[in-house]
Amino acid sequence: MIGNFPYIAVAILIGLGVYTLIFKKNLIKIAIGITLIESGANLFLITLGYRKGAVAPIYTQAPEGMTMVLPTPQALTLTSIVIGVATTALILSIAMIIYKKYGTINTDEVRRLKE
Amino acid sequence: MKKSIFAIALVFFVAFMLVAAFGMRIFGEPTVSEMDDYYIQNAQAETGANNVVTTIVFDYRGFDTLGEATVLFTAVLGITALFREAAK
Amino acid sequence: MKNEMSRIVRTVTTLIYGFIIVYGFYVIAHGHLTPGGGFQGGAIAASAFALLVVTYGDQGVKDFLKKDILSLVESTGLVLFIAFAFFGLGVTFFYNFMANSGGLFGNSAIIGINPGDLNTGGIIPIMNIAVGLEVLAALGVIILTMSVGSKNTKKKENS
Repeated sequence: MIGNFPYIAVAILIGLGVYTLIFKKNLIKIAIGITLIESGANLFLITLGYRKGAVAPIYTQAPEGMTMVLPTPQALTLTSIVIGVATTALILSIAMIIYKKYGTINTDEVRRLKE
Repeated sequence: MKKSIFAIALVFFVAFMLVAAFGMRIFGEPTVSEMDDYYIQNAQAETGANNVVTTIVFDYRGFDTLGEATVLFTAVLGITALFREAAK
Repeated sequence: MKNEMSRIVRTVTTLIYGFIIVYGFYVIAHGHLTPGGGFQGGAIAASAFALLVVTYGDQGVKDFLKKDILSLVESTGLVLFIAFAFFGLGVTFFYNFMANSGGLFGNSAIIGINPGDLNTGGIIPIMNIAVGLEVLAALGVIILTMSVGSKNTKKKENS
């Protein structure tokens, strides 16, 4: 039961991210919470494809006579990391524009659109 | 009052995920792996590259890489449109 | 402006940013032999641009990194990627029509464990270079736009 420790780490990461999304009021802290949830999802994808005692799936100067790890989840995680970077950049830019227009980034005070 | 309802919902959510994490299969023994065994056996003969992960990203599943490049391009487009000064 | 970086930071940056860009291009070009590829090498080379913007401010790099040229490089990378996907349309979309043939990047790899040969891979090194150029230019445009825009969004003095 202590052998599947990576899955417990994924549950803790996603739990911390959802806690930050619910209880914090600053826009920058909400952006950090979204990044935590995406990190938990990427970690879960990678640990699904592990074989005990195997090496990386690359044929250049690999050790002799060993099996290889499953390569497909690593390819999917590459795509997910780049999409996470794009999402974080857009969220931080929107936070900067909100600060310029309203003077504050507390979500209790920017609830209504005003002109 | 509203904060206590949120706190109870968060405790239920984390408990649900912990029960699922304890009940998963053993870490290190995949159950089905026929597609990945085909990729490891035949990637060098069909494409001629040594790196199996790169052949999956660019040759066997190149359509997903096209979608990801489009997402990155759209994000840069949105950021440039946000910071544009209005011409007076 | 009296708040510029100290002399140690400016000297080390001038010595090192060229090596970081060359290392990024090495990781992009050897994507089919060693761990790496287009996305990883583009992120390494874009961190050299971030180092320059942090050290000299965005007024000091204004005649070294222009936003128009970086935007042109990004569009070129994406158009090259889509064009090479359409060339193999005789069989299917994204077909590797240059693998195991005799021409450019056309050698066959020795089956099993071998030290790598740079001339193999077919269409994969060209797509690595295209995606690497696009990621490099995209991250550079994001860094430059957000660092110029953060000076216009300071607190209003008399609100």
